[in-house]
Amino acid sequence: MRLIDIEVNTAVEIVSFEGGKGISSKLRRLGLMPGDQIIIIKRAPFRGPLLVDANGRSVALGRGVAAKIEVSLCE
Amino acid sequence: MRVALIGQPNCGKSTLFNQVAGYKADTGNFPGTTVTFTESSVRVIGEKIDLVDLPGTYSLTASNLAEKEVIRYLSSNRVDVILNLVDASHLRQGLELTLELLELGKPLIVALNMMDEAARMGITIDGPQLESLLGVPVLPLIASKGRGIKPLFTSVLDRGRNGTLVRRIPYQNQDLDDIILSLSKELQEMDLNLDWEWEALAIRLLEEGDDLLSEAESGDLVLRRTIEKYIQQVIQQHGKTPTWIFSEERHAHAQELADRVSTLGEERVTWQTRADDLLLHPFWGYVVMLGILLVFFQVVYLTGSAIEGPLISLFDGMIAKLGGFTGQGSLITDILTGILQGISGGVAIVLPYLTPFLLGMGFLEDVGYLPRLAFLMDSLMQRMGLHGKAIVPFILGYGCNVPAVMATRTLEDRRDRFLVATLSIMVPCAARIAVIFGLIAFYLGSWIALLIYVFNIIVIALTGRIMSWRILKENPGLILEIPPYRMPTLRTTFLKTWFRAKEFVIEAWPLLIAGSIFLELANRYKFADILNLLTRPFTWLLGLPSAVGLPLIFGVLRKELSLIMLRQALNVTDISQALTPEQMITFTIFVVFYIPCLATLAALRKELNTRDMFIIATLSVVIAMVTALIGRGLVILVTSIGVII
Ligand SMILES: Nc1nc2c(ncn2[C@@H]2O[C@H](COP(=O)(O)OP(=O)(O)OP(=O)(O)O)[C@@H](O)[C@H]2O)c(=O)[nH]1
Ligand SMILES: [Mg+2]
Repeated sequence: MRLIDIEVNTAVEIVSFEGGKGISSKLRRLGLMPGDQIIIIKRAPFRGPLLVDANGRSVALGRGVAAKIEVSLCE
Repeated sequence: MRVALIGQPNCGKSTLFNQVAGYKADTGNFPGTTVTFTESSVRVIGEKIDLVDLPGTYSLTASNLAEKEVIRYLSSNRVDVILNLVDASHLRQGLELTLELLELGKPLIVALNMMDEAARMGITIDGPQLESLLGVPVLPLIASKGRGIKPLFTSVLDRGRNGTLVRRIPYQNQDLDDIILSLSKELQEMDLNLDWEWEALAIRLLEEGDDLLSEAESGDLVLRRTIEKYIQQVIQQHGKTPTWIFSEERHAHAQELADRVSTLGEERVTWQTRADDLLLHPFWGYVVMLGILLVFFQVVYLTGSAIEGPLISLFDGMIAKLGGFTGQGSLITDILTGILQGISGGVAIVLPYLTPFLLGMGFLEDVGYLPRLAFLMDSLMQRMGLHGKAIVPFILGYGCNVPAVMATRTLEDRRDRFLVATLSIMVPCAARIAVIFGLIAFYLGSWIALLIYVFNIIVIALTGRIMSWRILKENPGLILEIPPYRMPTLRTTFLKTWFRAKEFVIEAWPLLIAGSIFLELANRYKFADILNLLTRPFTWLLGLPSAVGLPLIFGVLRKELSLIMLRQALNVTDISQALTPEQMITFTIFVVFYIPCLATLAALRKELNTRDMFIIATLSVVIAMVTALIGRGLVILVTSIGVII
């Protein structure tokens, strides 16, 4: 499952980052790594970004970025 | 003693710096406010120290130019004490950087800032325990209220004097530690001249060898091979690059530390969530955004025009009487007229609009609205080949184009930096506000001024669209931390406004006065006409009187000059007697788009390079010409339709 396909307010766990080194290292530097839990708080309209909560920090992620984050649902 | 403020973006470094050094560094509630270092010599508790404010960085492996500045500063300047600010309300994230800083082996002090916010969120942190786990002093701080500064600096001074060395916390993974140790031994044998501890150097080289190596000015093959060997070893043993494995370890460790020393509060403060529900709403969010911009616009206009009118007539009255005292047409009268014109331009035309604008802008920045705009505008920016983060330079551009160009440092790609720099210098800065409001809104009404702003945005968007289509490459996409809303204090808002207005008062105003005197003399000795001849091709094409040439030339120094000198050049007190509405609009559009002022050109040259600066300047003249003609055409069209109806 990709983050972009997840509904608002669902808790998911990051499995891996796909694609370019650029995106994964930027996320890593922000403190987002495989194993971390995130929740989508909001979605902007017109193919806009997602607002997610990552360990208590709000982060806006563009669609393209969210499409490259593989996640799994947590119980 | 040199003390460097280091911490993740938006944790309050510049706020602390300003508390100690006086307002010298810009602060704002968005990550990436500071993009360069500011040094200041200050006296704390009786001792002189050099305090340095640096850009925020999430980690020492930098990804953009602003962050690279931190590493560069750390490696090239003798820093005696690192003062690491950590946002206490996001302890876990902050500690990741702290762990990295510990590896540098320099005297380190951790300040837990934003203790007020942490408390509000119900978070409690066991400071003494954290102190013993990290092995360095940990002190609480509320930078915005100035609480905790004295104990903090007492501790800093103490550490600095005793030069206590700091030990990094060993990696839980024994393999990694072994690798670090044996690489640092090998490094010790080579004769490198870098200001790092050996182990620190070993870790840094493993994490991002290339950058550091190039700084060590050693195309040293042996060194390169050695590092490569170790990197391969890590990859073989762990299936990951050292960069990843080190940060994963620190990530886990930071989490563990945070869990041990802090108890989490309940959910987020609810009004924050409510505010976001409205301000980031798929529909209402945009309505509110337009509302905010319109109100802002009206407030600036109403305050400014209420002051401009009376003050202008006051000064004009003085100028008219001048001849009676010092002799009609005498040299001294001309010079005094120039001085008065320059002064009145500052007090009556620039400051009345600039001040409310800066106040409002400072408020929006501090409250935390800018990153929200990035969120709302991301999809629109995508269409210009950019992403939401680029909105920050644009918004800053409305204040002044120089910080806008500098803010492009927070963008990772060179392509993005070029594109955003080119576009952000077309944003009408506060200097151009004087022209748009003082001329257009004042004589033609505020809604025409609003139309000019809208027209400007459309032109920027189109240019972005065309340019990004020419230099198309994959758009990296938005990744941006959104900070909580914060209530700005009156004090910081005013200090900030003064800090920015001061730039006009000290640098631009004297120039306005000098320009006005020059123009008086140019008219007196009749060389104005010759200079105006130079710009005649432009002014002729635009259908403007040739006397407008000099103000346009001087506008390159400061954009306000174009308007202040205009009245003088046309030799009228009321511009509407000399220019038709159509001419005013053409003139303003041209002023908005053509060559940015000298300071901006210098910033472009510094952030990009000389060639790009010339390309952008030329492009701006072309765009100014085209758009001014389009504007002129539109006005003619609209008025002729008006006549027919
Ligand atoms: N509530 C609270 N707010 C604070 C505190 N310290 C700073 N702030 C606010 O936090 C925001 C960020 O402060 P800055 O000083 O610009 O942060 P910075 O670390 O310099 O940020 P960058 O330059 O982007 O790295 C501002 O709006 C400050 O007013 C604090 O102790 N408590
Ligand atoms: Mg700062």
